[in-house]
Amino acid sequence: MMRRLQSLYESGMVLIVLIGTLLLWEVAVYLLRPPPIILPAPSLIWREFLITPGYFLQQSFSTLYTTVVGFVLAVALGLALAVGIVHSKFLERTVYTLLVALNSVPKVALAPLFVLWMGTGIEPKIAIALMLALFSVVIDAVLGLRSVDPDMINLARASRASSFAILRKIRLPNALPSIFAGLKVAISFALVGTIVGEFVAGSEGLGFAILTAQGQFDTPRVFVCLILLGLLGTVLFYIVEFMERLALPWHVSQRTGHAAAP
Amino acid sequence: MTTNGMAAGPGRPPHPVAEAAYVAIRRVGKSYGSLKGAVHALDGIDLDIRGGEFVSILGPSGCGKSTLLKCIAGLEKPTSGQIDIQGKPLNGPPDRLGMVFQRDVLLDWRTVLDNVLITAEFAHIPTASVRERALQLLWRFGLKGYEDRHPWELSGGMRQRAAICRALLCDPDLLLMDEPFGALDAMTRDDLNLELARIWQDTRKTVAFVTHGIAEAIFLSDRVVMMDRNPGRIIEVIDIDLPRPRHLAIRETSEFAHYVGHIRQLFTSLGLLKDG
Repeated sequence: MMRRLQSLYESGMVLIVLIGTLLLWEVAVYLLRPPPIILPAPSLIWREFLITPGYFLQQSFSTLYTTVVGFVLAVALGLALAVGIVHSKFLERTVYTLLVALNSVPKVALAPLFVLWMGTGIEPKIAIALMLALFSVVIDAVLGLRSVDPDMINLARASRASSFAILRKIRLPNALPSIFAGLKVAISFALVGTIVGEFVAGSEGLGFAILTAQGQFDTPRVFVCLILLGLLGTVLFYIVEFMERLALPWHVSQRTGHAAAP
Repeated sequence: MTTNGMAAGPGRPPHPVAEAAYVAIRRVGKSYGSLKGAVHALDGIDLDIRGGEFVSILGPSGCGKSTLLKCIAGLEKPTSGQIDIQGKPLNGPPDRLGMVFQRDVLLDWRTVLDNVLITAEFAHIPTASVRERALQLLWRFGLKGYEDRHPWELSGGMRQRAAICRALLCDPDLLLMDEPFGALDAMTRDDLNLELARIWQDTRKTVAFVTHGIAEAIFLSDRVVMMDRNPGRIIEVIDIDLPRPRHLAIRETSEFAHYVGHIRQLFTSLGLLKDG
């Protein structure tokens, strides 16, 4: 109950700060009158959205779809790679080293290459989203799978557990907090990857809409897209966090009001 | 007090395998390579543990007592020598083994009951068939009402009790305990010593118990194996001829004090303990 109130209070504060910022923005634009091409007022942005809401929602959905597909693929591939890296010295020396090396290349610069390989459809965008999200999935999953108390493994081995049972019953659940930390970073990266893909060669999506609006010097339209993008990113992040809560009711970060028994 | 030194010299012939030895350790050595040269964790360990016997392994930190226990558990391979369990050379963890470590290593995402049941899951025994036994063990160790709690809701002593239940679930013949009460406060430690003595009295499992507590070792054991470090080796094995069942008050008797005195003196003479 106290926790409910607390979280209600916190959401209220966020809302107040948000509304305050918008008001300040509106007033500043009204007083200083910058040209709308530089900084449109929030009310103007809102009116712009209302002209063609269907168009904006469609572009948002397209971006959302690409991001989620890229993210899900990155998670599947990333977890498989992490398990392989933890269990095989060979994969650790090859794949892991390669991934770390690849990560130090600004991956955004590879986007045009993907377009050359895969064309201008949705595939290169998914691929770029996947590539950007993959690294944080792998790094955090490897870290989590490795951070097991050696005595926990000893105990399992003493009970003659198979290494698959050790993976399933000890390593994976033990790694979940770390894996979710990686997923929360990865979902944002997947969105960045999608937008980059849409910038480079897009015919739909918020990234494409931003470029189109820029070409027409339609700044209010750019702002509509940016705000939708912000909303999208926030919602995706909280969905991952919500899944974390469902998956980790036992974790330190989720415990409430459990005093240790005397 | 009977004492028989078991320090292994280089010319010492190997023991014949004793009939009743559940665990037979023959000239076991373990060394690790390191940049500064090899570290001899264990050197020439000869020890028989009889079936149903409670043996404590006592020594300062770094004497290799935990390594010895891991070798008996089949978790580490000796670099020399051989360990037989029931006459068969050890190759990997033996059948019917239970282990307890200093840290309880309970899994946070499982309830206390499910933590106990994991032993059965690892051994591919249907958990439904041992559920009743798990509950009885938990009740016996004073954890009634905590079956569905999570480990973080329990005190250190209760957690270690649950860890012991987990080790006992599949009714092991051999119980290996690596400083199980080392992280507990003195009162909880007394409690658990008493409970362990009782359960041993009832079940007569073969127990190897690693500790650095002199009183604890004497109180629990039939024999105390004393080790020294650099290299890790056995310096003396003493029989503890105290009547059973033992109560905590036995620690105030002169016989008990005599054993303590002997062990302290030995460790002091080796510079492992300071006297004053």
